[in-house]
Amino acid sequence: MALLQNILWAAFLLVVVLGFVTYAIYFERKVIGWIQLRKGPNRVGPLGLFQTVADVLKLLIKEDTIPNKADRFLFILAPVITFVPAFVVLATIPYTADWQFADLNVGLLYYFALSSISTIGILLGGWASNNKYSLLGGMRSAAQMISYEVPLVMSVVGVILLSGSLSLNTIVEGQAGGFWNWNFLPQIVGFIIFIIAAVSELNRTPFDLPEAESELVAGYHVEYSGFRFAFFMLAEYVYVYAIAALTTILFLGGWHSPLPFLDFIPGIIWFILKFSSIVFFLFWIRATLPRIRVDHLMSLGWKVLLPLALVNIFVTTIIIEIFK
Amino acid sequence: METYMNNYVIVAIFIALGIFLPVAALTVGRILRPNNPMEEKYTTYESGNEPVGAGQIRFNIRYYLFALMFVIFDVETVFLYPWAVAYDKLGLFALVEMLIFVSLLVVGLAYAWKKKVLQWNSI
Repeated sequence: MALLQNILWAAFLLVVVLGFVTYAIYFERKVIGWIQLRKGPNRVGPLGLFQTVADVLKLLIKEDTIPNKADRFLFILAPVITFVPAFVVLATIPYTADWQFADLNVGLLYYFALSSISTIGILLGGWASNNKYSLLGGMRSAAQMISYEVPLVMSVVGVILLSGSLSLNTIVEGQAGGFWNWNFLPQIVGFIIFIIAAVSELNRTPFDLPEAESELVAGYHVEYSGFRFAFFMLAEYVYVYAIAALTTILFLGGWHSPLPFLDFIPGIIWFILKFSSIVFFLFWIRATLPRIRVDHLMSLGWKVLLPLALVNIFVTTIIIEIFK
Repeated sequence: METYMNNYVIVAIFIALGIFLPVAALTVGRILRPNNPMEEKYTTYESGNEPVGAGQIRFNIRYYLFALMFVIFDVETVFLYPWAVAYDKLGLFALVEMLIFVSLLVVGLAYAWKKKVLQWNSI
């Protein structure tokens, strides 16, 4: 009985996430439209609200082509490998103090371990397509992963030091009582490194080198059509959801209110507010920043972010040691 | 112990659902989508031209040495995580130990930097 209930809750989350992705894409196109003084989608349905629904239906009834030269098995497997971890990481995200699907004691490690599997899917897709653009896109994705995985993982060590736990629930508990207790203030360096590395993990502008429309056409998914392509896009937007939720939890106090007298407003509202501002921030930088060159990207990761992340860890530890 | 097991049951449910969605969507798509095979549709895309040569060619990826360093630093994070979680109980001694360990790796990073490993020699 409890098992059935869990399955239903997980299916409910899947529906919520699909709804989020549908309207995140709509909202992204609208926001970028406004920033570029255009209207954005406004034809399908009132205010263009059904645009993404129409796009998904179009992808569903598109003919599915697999090139003759492609490695058929890996070509079919790659979108699934990219999508599954994106959804599975959501299992450990706590939305309020008692609404969390799986309270894993290694929550943070679980997140990072699974989210890097998606890169393998992208690399496989790029290789299996047997196309020059895809191969370059896949290789760039690997280059990006080896440059940003280490700073990303190290930037949160400071947060772990402050809370003494890897469980996401415990990390949020430690940030109760006003915004001055949230981790982004004592961990401001870690927070900035985390945001930069996280955008890079998401493969979004200014770090969208694996797809880079203007140079590699569509990079790793250039040979994909119909719903197989849709799963690559879906994985990208599910990661937007995951990273926005994770940033909220690690640095912005999760479901806690910014000022103690605002505690009467339910935690889930605060969570959604912080979550939405991060999502908006991601769309904003997409519309504002140009794409960075691949060798600049690697030297930024290794020469700036990695040393900074290491210094941040030890400065945090020394301060903890002094004020103990 | 029971809740511990239960949490991983939920993870298993998520994995099952995550696999179910693509399989279901592609199966439904198979019924809905048209199938009109033509030889031209299955050629490799290369901006409208006939593909030149093989797709899976060998080329200089230029970041082989970065990849080697990635392995080293990724292992370092494996040590940092348990250290950070248990730091409250370990105290100053653990801090000094970790400083020595990390500075050995930083010397390696500085050496690679000096040897211009962290820089692409030509574009």
